[in-house]
Amino acid sequence: MATTAVSPGQPATKIGKAATEIDERLIVAGPLRRTLNKVFPDHWSFLLGEIALYSFVILLLSGTYLTFFYDPSLSEVAYDGSYAPLRGVEMSRAYESSLHISFDVRGGLFIRQIHHWAALLFVASIVVHLMRIFFTGAFRKPRETNWGIGVVLLVLALLMGVTGYTLPDDLLSGTGLRIISAIILSIPVIGTWAHWAVFDGDFVGDVIIGRFYIAHVLIIPAIVLALIAVHLLLLIKQKHTQFPGPGRTEHNVVGNRLFPAFAGKATALFFIVFGLVAALAGLVQINPFWLWGPYNPAQVSAGSQPDWYIGFLDGSTRLFPAWDINLPGDYTIPALFWPTVVVAGAMFTVLALYPQLERKLTKDTASHHLLQRPRDVPVRTSVGVMALTFYAVLWMSGGNDLIADKFDISLNAMTWVGRIGVVILPPIAYMVSYRICLGLQRHDREVLEHGIETGVIRRLPSGEFIEVHQPLGPVDEHGHGQLTYGGAPVPKRMNQVGGARRAVKGFFKPIEQPSQVQLEAQQEQRGLEAAEDDRRVGSGRPSDGGRPQDPRD
Amino acid sequence: MSARDKAGSAPESDAGPLHGGPDDDYTPEQLAGMDKEALNRLGARYDGVEVLHVDPPPAPGSGLEKQAERQVSLAFGLAGLFALAFAVVYFGSDWFLPDWQWTSDASGWSVFYTPLLGLTMGGALAFIGVGLVLFVKKLLPHETAVQDKHDGSQFDRTTTAATLMGGLDKTGFPRRKMIGRSLGFAGGALGLMLIAPLGGLIKNPNKGNPLGTTPWAEGIRLVRDDGSPIRPGDQEPGSLETVFPAVEGGNLAADAATMLIRLRPEQMAVLEPREGQADFGYGDYVAYSKICTHAGCPVSLYEQETSRILCPCHQSQFDVIQGAKPVFGPASRSLPELPITLDDEGYFVARSDYIEAVGPTYWNRERI
Repeated sequence: MATTAVSPGQPATKIGKAATEIDERLIVAGPLRRTLNKVFPDHWSFLLGEIALYSFVILLLSGTYLTFFYDPSLSEVAYDGSYAPLRGVEMSRAYESSLHISFDVRGGLFIRQIHHWAALLFVASIVVHLMRIFFTGAFRKPRETNWGIGVVLLVLALLMGVTGYTLPDDLLSGTGLRIISAIILSIPVIGTWAHWAVFDGDFVGDVIIGRFYIAHVLIIPAIVLALIAVHLLLLIKQKHTQFPGPGRTEHNVVGNRLFPAFAGKATALFFIVFGLVAALAGLVQINPFWLWGPYNPAQVSAGSQPDWYIGFLDGSTRLFPAWDINLPGDYTIPALFWPTVVVAGAMFTVLALYPQLERKLTKDTASHHLLQRPRDVPVRTSVGVMALTFYAVLWMSGGNDLIADKFDISLNAMTWVGRIGVVILPPIAYMVSYRICLGLQRHDREVLEHGIETGVIRRLPSGEFIEVHQPLGPVDEHGHGQLTYGGAPVPKRMNQVGGARRAVKGFFKPIEQPSQVQLEAQQEQRGLEAAEDDRRVGSGRPSDGGRPQDPRD
Repeated sequence: MSARDKAGSAPESDAGPLHGGPDDDYTPEQLAGMDKEALNRLGARYDGVEVLHVDPPPAPGSGLEKQAERQVSLAFGLAGLFALAFAVVYFGSDWFLPDWQWTSDASGWSVFYTPLLGLTMGGALAFIGVGLVLFVKKLLPHETAVQDKHDGSQFDRTTTAATLMGGLDKTGFPRRKMIGRSLGFAGGALGLMLIAPLGGLIKNPNKGNPLGTTPWAEGIRLVRDDGSPIRPGDQEPGSLETVFPAVEGGNLAADAATMLIRLRPEQMAVLEPREGQADFGYGDYVAYSKICTHAGCPVSLYEQETSRILCPCHQSQFDVIQGAKPVFGPASRSLPELPITLDDEGYFVARSDYIEAVGPTYWNRERI
């Protein structure tokens, strides 16, 4: 027999032998199996952070390509490339090499637009991921550290965006740089010193693009990469949170093992994200900086906007009143300081400290691995919506000149809309979302107690019309459901409890046995029906278990 | 079976998962006697994972499986075709396809080059993703697994603390205070030493007053971007021209750009210059700094009907007939006014530099 040739358990195949050779040296079989067996909860919202991770990978790839051609120099040259309208124009090497990438490198424009779109998606997915973590309470103990790292990553992503935005040195980004310079100058006491340290002198100097470049391609990405590693290690160590549901407890994770199901899904998501970014990069133009021309301190274009993630700071700067604070001794705290440094600093500080704040206020110091539905924590949800409303008003005000222009509204009126809105809309948003949360909570309990509205109207022998309700579980003698709310979604439509049969598959002709599909559907129904078999009596009123009795005479 | 249960119930207590599997419990012969699925489940249990139930994939050879296979293969095939198309567009342009480079008439192949690259690469990558999704959803068994989650153990905490404290005791640092203090001193000083080179970034912003001065000075002509000087008759009433000091690089200096405005007679009638600056203008001409006092953008939108200058960055508005006083928006200071006159040849010249710092406000601006 063949098996006598090898000792028991020794692999017979080539790959198996090679794997054994490797493991005899590196001892990776154990850790690898543990990794492959790691269980990931199955919910779409858990993929938002992955989108951010994949965007970052795309950024690294496309950004590295761009560095092959970009020159962060502010020395003046006359353009001599293939974009005719700018030929002969004096410009910085930075702008010239950006034009070179866009017009003279084969596919360079495409890669540059991949980079820009991936950057926008990177920040957007971080923000949406953060919102998911916030509204489901995933930041609670033991995950406060990872929340903090996430907030730092968001700030670094913004800094990467700002420094990268500046690099082409076109008229738009140069104006942005001028505002950055003014913001640094506005810091009380150390403003001018900080400006001289960053710009190596007065605006604009000749080193700033080089410094922003090294921050953009080395310093910040290195920190981001290290923090992402810690972020993921902590995630693996602490395991995932999960939504409450059947069999899910604080002490387990229910879902798919990494291999093969989850790995397949995660890889698929990477390709889809990359594909989407590539399609956007080719089909949707972004930042056509050759139209703005090289930076000139005496020129500016109207209706200029920063990338979306800086819009809220632009908005706060537009809204803040002209309140310089004059101190004795002829010192001034410029008005510009408040809407930029203070607002941004306060927003991110509160965000980073939110888990600790909530712990202090709720006195909830327990570890939590089960998520909460936003409606079940109305205060947190409403605080979140309030903060988002504040952000949204600022963000909208960052484009208030465009709104004023397109809708023919007075620009000053738009400023006042923002000034008043940023004060009164957040509390209104708080109150509205609080009421919505309570309403949703009540509706969940109503459905648990009285069942799902079926849309079936019955006429009772007495002449009364009632809507038939489908109870979700066993009912007591008054016809009230006995299920208690467990923090999981409550089905609200009949289709969610198998009200509709699954269609037989096959496009041109059925490829399944209809009888088999029926069998499957019956199996799904069995659990539900078993619980109800003995309750098919009553009036059919919601209060009576919802199942109408057969008409009796 | 009993051995399995043991592995499942106490995987971390005896040897600990970091030190290999329980080879004592499972002889190579035993392991060789188990089939793949049993080994898979055994390993999973050892890692605290229980596979609760498995929805099997479509039966081999069934119509359902064939359909799923066709769909997955179609997606992968399309991905390959798109990827090939990308290569054809990328390399073929300017070879057997027309040139990809920009042309002034904005027509032809170059207009489609980047969109085609995006479409083909996007299609290739997205279809790989779609194929994988279809594969996982339609052809893989759907298993529901449960993994135990462990909070830290008191045993680990206590023993680790004991090890740490034991080590610390052996060093004797709690007792040998002098070593601790000298080490603390050295650590602090070394930290200072390591960040000291950052001092190279620091420069004194008050040396030579760069923030308070511009290239403007007495007798320097006001010139246009192309270097031509300006006479009083050159501008229509109500018009604005951006002027620069007639010095080397004056048109690129960050703080020199100035707006020369010729007021209309009805504006002249109500002109209220700032206190002590009534003679800064010349005739019906006034010259204000173009650098916004808010964030330093060039203010450039002049609406002569309302005499207002608007900064497009944050919408500060300045009233020209009130000495460029801010009348709306976030700016808090008037645009500085440049004192102007005519030279012997009748061209506009500056009478001096701006008498205050131009551009955004900062901490000690008033003192400069």
